[in-house]
Amino acid sequence: MVKNGTRLASQVCDTQVIVVKSADSLDDLRCGGAPMVPIGDERSSVEIDAAFAGGAVMGKRYVDDAGAEVLVTKPGAGSLSVGQTPLQLKEVKPLPASD
Amino acid sequence: MSVSLLLEMAASNDPDRTAIVADGVRLTTQELSDLADGGAAVIAASGAGHVAYVGTGGAALPVLIFAAARAGVAFTPVNYRLAGDGIRALIERLPEPLVIVDDVYRDTLGDVAPRLTITDEFLAAARGAEPAIAESPDPDSVAVVLFTSGTTSQPKAVELSHNNLTSYVMGTVEFASAELDDAALICVPPYHIAGVGAALSNLYAGRKMVYLNAFDAHEWVRLVNAERVSTATVVPTMLDRIVEVLATGDHDLPSLRTLAYGGAKVGLPLVRRAMELLPRVGFVNAYGLTETSSTIAVLTPDDHRQAHSASDSHVAKRLGSVGRPVPGIEVQIRDDHGAVCGPGDVGELFVRGEQVSGRYTGIGSVLDDEGWFPTRDVALLDEDGYLFISGRSDDTIIRGGENIAPAELEEVLIEHAHVHDVAVVGVEDPHWGQVIVAVVVPAVGIDPDPEALRDHVRTHLRGSRTPDHVVFRDELPTTPTGKVLRRELIKDLGELPAR
Repeated sequence: MVKNGTRLASQVCDTQVIVVKSADSLDDLRCGGAPMVPIGDERSSVEIDAAFAGGAVMGKRYVDDAGAEVLVTKPGAGSLSVGQTPLQLKEVKPLPASD
Repeated sequence: MSVSLLLEMAASNDPDRTAIVADGVRLTTQELSDLADGGAAVIAASGAGHVAYVGTGGAALPVLIFAAARAGVAFTPVNYRLAGDGIRALIERLPEPLVIVDDVYRDTLGDVAPRLTITDEFLAAARGAEPAIAESPDPDSVAVVLFTSGTTSQPKAVELSHNNLTSYVMGTVEFASAELDDAALICVPPYHIAGVGAALSNLYAGRKMVYLNAFDAHEWVRLVNAERVSTATVVPTMLDRIVEVLATGDHDLPSLRTLAYGGAKVGLPLVRRAMELLPRVGFVNAYGLTETSSTIAVLTPDDHRQAHSASDSHVAKRLGSVGRPVPGIEVQIRDDHGAVCGPGDVGELFVRGEQVSGRYTGIGSVLDDEGWFPTRDVALLDEDGYLFISGRSDDTIIRGGENIAPAELEEVLIEHAHVHDVAVVGVEDPHWGQVIVAVVVPAVGIDPDPEALRDHVRTHLRGSRTPDHVVFRDELPTTPTGKVLRRELIKDLGELPAR
């Protein structure tokens, strides 16, 4: 299982994420349809899959049904998925500034 | 996750945004990031095992938090108001520290550590340094160590990990959610958890941070207008002085949208007065401890308005609550036997969540097997999950075998028109074990009758709650963040006449 705090990069766009809560599902984490790889690893020359081109939004957290959670630390054109299943944007209730 | 990631994200998202305004200095997120990089190199080159800061804060605080994080070294802001030997005793507890000190406190410190530099010199060195390769510390390693104020015992060194702090920020703040013109006015001291929390959460929210190091209510009002401040956080003593200034002059604060208060309990008359003077401002009561990486419960502006205008006494009472837990925090009230209490029952507050450290240097973790932290605060939850705090369990008065929370009497006495401020304490007594003493700061120009105040309590609470003595003082001894120094008060009371 991927460790919490692991930073991953897309192979097809600028997206980078950090794993907030790991789950086995993240072994098949993809962005833009292609597997995400550790930051700094070599990228294979694959094209973005048009079915996964909705984009990953800076600073948003994405979750799946297995309890996994990742945070987007760099935005990009590809959208996040586990296999073929898109990750969901985590709903947050805005809190007033308190400190 | 390292706290350094918070800055990395802020700088990559909006490098040219003004992040910090302090003493005429303005830093963009990129400039802050560059300073943190350079600072990390200076720290690494010193070979230090820890970074300690003695000073009033401002831009130096965020720079040092992030520089230390990027150097993979823990950071401790120390209370600069302590006497020289008090500061030295704390610094001696840190491993091989690099001490960074504001020029004005240099002489107070004396010969404290072999590695010592003046804040301005450190910042100049950071500006000129070749950035080191940033460390990526273990997320469970310690990022910040804060000393508790030690109002009841020797200060404890609370260890907050990178994971505790980032969980707090990411769990309670939405990234870059601030409006373009948002600005936070920060006047909490750097060595307080709220000072550390403010530096991290405002940066992550994308909110300009305006620093006011030496608090003065007139200057606070001036800065709110000059920098078009939209949010601010104050401790009770500051709120009291701000209200005084607002009440006596024609001051409008058109840019201010939210005003948060916390750090210690605020009397309800003061909250109501502040709400009436600033009707368009949303008030926020924030409750948290050093050990919980700042805020764990929040009474929101809507909660305030509903409670203030409620005819239902159950809802009206919530003005005195600290609200509901923030996301990621679970709370439990437990009785003396460790059983979980139902709504309305008083017990000790336990909390659990990623942001909760509960770990002290030299003591270790005090979390129980299931990760719960005993806060030592006496509390209850109402049916809707609103949390009410009635003080430290150490402050509970035991009179004739009966447990009495000082807050119970304080909440009644503060509502009396002749009372400006009050602390209720237990004093040793041969007959009762302890007797109840109400120490009252009278309202301006009033010479209250002690018997009238005792009667006032008697009409609101059970007879056993009536103060045995009422004494008057010009002010209460408090910490800079407004916590009443009850031990000091009791010592100062000395022998009381028999009743």
